Amino acid sequence: MSRIDEAFADGPAFVPYLAVGDPDYESSKAYVEALARGGADVIELGLPFSEPVAEGPTIQGAVTRALDAGMTPEKFFEFVEELDVDVPLVCMTYYNLIYQFGDNPGPRPFVERAAAAGIEGFVVPDLPAEEADPLREACDDLGLDLVFIVAPTTEGERLQRIMDQVSGYVYVQARLGVTGARDDVSDQTDEALARLEEWGVPKAVGFGIKTGEHAERIVEGGADGIIVGSALVDIVAEGHGEGRPAEDVAADLEAKARELKEGAESGYAQRVPEPEHT
Amino acid sequence: MSTSKFGEYGGQYVPEALMPAIEELEDAYERYVLDNEDGFMDEFRRRLRDFGGRPTPLQHAEQLSERYDAEVYLKREDLVHGGAHKLNNALGQVLLAKYMGKDRIVAETGAGQHGTATAMAAAHLGMPCEIYMGERDINRQRPNVFRMRLNGAEVNTVTVGRGTLKEAINETMRDWATNVEDTHYVIGSIVGPHPFPVMVRDFQSVISEEAREQIRERAGRLPDSVLACAGGGSNTMGAFHEFVGDEEVDLYAVEAGGSSLEVDEKEGVAPNSASLSTGDEGVLHGARTKLLQDSDGQIMESHSVSSGLDYAGVGPELAHLVDEGRVTPVNVDDEGALEAFHRLSQEEGIIPALETAHAFGFAHENPEKLGDVTVINVSGRGDKDLESVIEESAKRDLEAAPDMDVFEGGAGL
Ligand SMILES: Cc1ncc(COP(=O)(O)O)c(C=O)c1O
Repeated sequence: MSRIDEAFADGPAFVPYLAVGDPDYESSKAYVEALARGGADVIELGLPFSEPVAEGPTIQGAVTRALDAGMTPEKFFEFVEELDVDVPLVCMTYYNLIYQFGDNPGPRPFVERAAAAGIEGFVVPDLPAEEADPLREACDDLGLDLVFIVAPTTEGERLQRIMDQVSGYVYVQARLGVTGARDDVSDQTDEALARLEEWGVPKAVGFGIKTGEHAERIVEGGADGIIVGSALVDIVAEGHGEGRPAEDVAADLEAKARELKEGAESGYAQRVPEPEHT
Repeated sequence: MSTSKFGEYGGQYVPEALMPAIEELEDAYERYVLDNEDGFMDEFRRRLRDFGGRPTPLQHAEQLSERYDAEVYLKREDLVHGGAHKLNNALGQVLLAKYMGKDRIVAETGAGQHGTATAMAAAHLGMPCEIYMGERDINRQRPNVFRMRLNGAEVNTVTVGRGTLKEAINETMRDWATNVEDTHYVIGSIVGPHPFPVMVRDFQSVISEEAREQIRERAGRLPDSVLACAGGGSNTMGAFHEFVGDEEVDLYAVEAGGSSLEVDEKEGVAPNSASLSTGDEGVLHGARTKLLQDSDGQIMESHSVSSGLDYAGVGPELAHLVDEGRVTPVNVDDEGALEAFHRLSQEEGIIPALETAHAFGFAHENPEKLGDVTVINVSGRGDKDLESVIEESAKRDLEAAPDMDVFEGGAGL
């Protein structure tokens, strides 16, 4: 059982995302650690790529700030090595950075470096199952998980193809479009969860989750975990825009993390009937 | 099945949400384009003729022939409706979207030529259409922005990054990912995930189909060389495709050398758009191809005086043909293109697009490469570029440029 599997083993997992290096290296470290204190079970660390086509304006902004502040793949790995957190870390990035790393093109050097730094899995939004074999092999050899996204449009044979490739958890994209916090929770989520019912990996729902209440609803609806990015990045962006001290922003992130984690737990409690007392 | 790869290049690197749409498109491409189901290709050809103005002439250029001591023929894609080869593809894709039952069109544009062509095709076929265009390109190609709007398209300004084609593509992909169920993305060149590179090439191949016939009629033989400018590479592959099997014909893809071929790694800027000549293999906008990128794999901002060439990538098929040695990548810098722009305007009475001017710049700088008979693809006309040309010419001391401040003859301005 991988550490990611363990994180989903008892109760719903709260999986936050932040872009590493946003708005700068040191603050970013404090922010990730705050999420861990707030109850994160797995953390998705975004390695900024210059062309984040799957992201909405919030995460695009974060990626741009991080790149402007000098984030690179090598600095990302150093960041991971320096982090003081005890939860499994997943690297979320685009394929070109994985492919280019090291002296020869191909995913292996990147996966090796990631494994050495303490990364336990990957999410690669522009790598569909069809193109994933080389990365899958490298991950298998080094014992890392490869998470895939299932979109509201994914059906039929494609589901099977993804099921054959996925490990760790499946990222259930709650609605069509790009990342970004929303005020509603789409019923595309419920449909997607129903389609994946039989899958043997945990189902973590993301795209648009913003509040503890959303988290509650989604976990109550059957999700094994929730992934939250833009709502957290919004806090970072606002703090940065207003020039607030990093400790204050970190405190807000911790509080938001707690709200989301508690929401998820409350959704879970409503779903699983209490064991009967004798 | 059409293959999704050209050697190692090509493929389908897109967010999962788009994969079903891409599979649907692949199926539609095979049925309608390759198998002419429901007479799709017949209708496409008919509309290209009646609406688009095809076939375009292959013109013998007397002054250039004399100057370069070669028989120079011009394939006049500037005479296609809208003023560029872009309509061949836009019409094909909008029509295909219609056959597929889609009811909305989105597209990106750099020079505005593809946006204009798409807006025209959409108006012609009665489809609502939204165009994404970088802020910088909007400023340097205003006539085209106005034309798109005249044809009823909505033009969305993209302000991130340097505001050129690369950013416009990102934004169009985001729109597509949001509205994928009823929307078709008319990509503007032989780039993007399979089947776009092969499909766009097929729609553009009409250029070389006609040119090959025409040159055999006119010159009684195949040309020694074919020249075309390469941004994404659609007019290049369009002009080359039917000649690829003719090993004796040299194929030159002329890229934008910008202001220099050197790059500034630290700033992440390449002062050129020469991805075939100087790029490395990588993955961008859905395909593995040659790209301008730094050693980490971050994509560089590109540069060219012509917005239609200002892109950090290039079509995977072209990248493959370059690796195979079949296509020779060459480049011409901003100044060479501007010189050629003025020269062609004065000496042949053709005002070329700044993109096209790169191909003429190469002919001028390397007449010995042309052989005895050459075909140069005039990918588009330059009306859209007049403002940029005035501004960019003023910055330089160009031999061929008229001095716009001096009017002889005392018109009494
Ligand atoms: C007139 C003209 N020629 C060439 C190009 C370059 O594109 P491609 O290389 O795809 O033909 C453009 C692009 O906008 C254009 O407008």
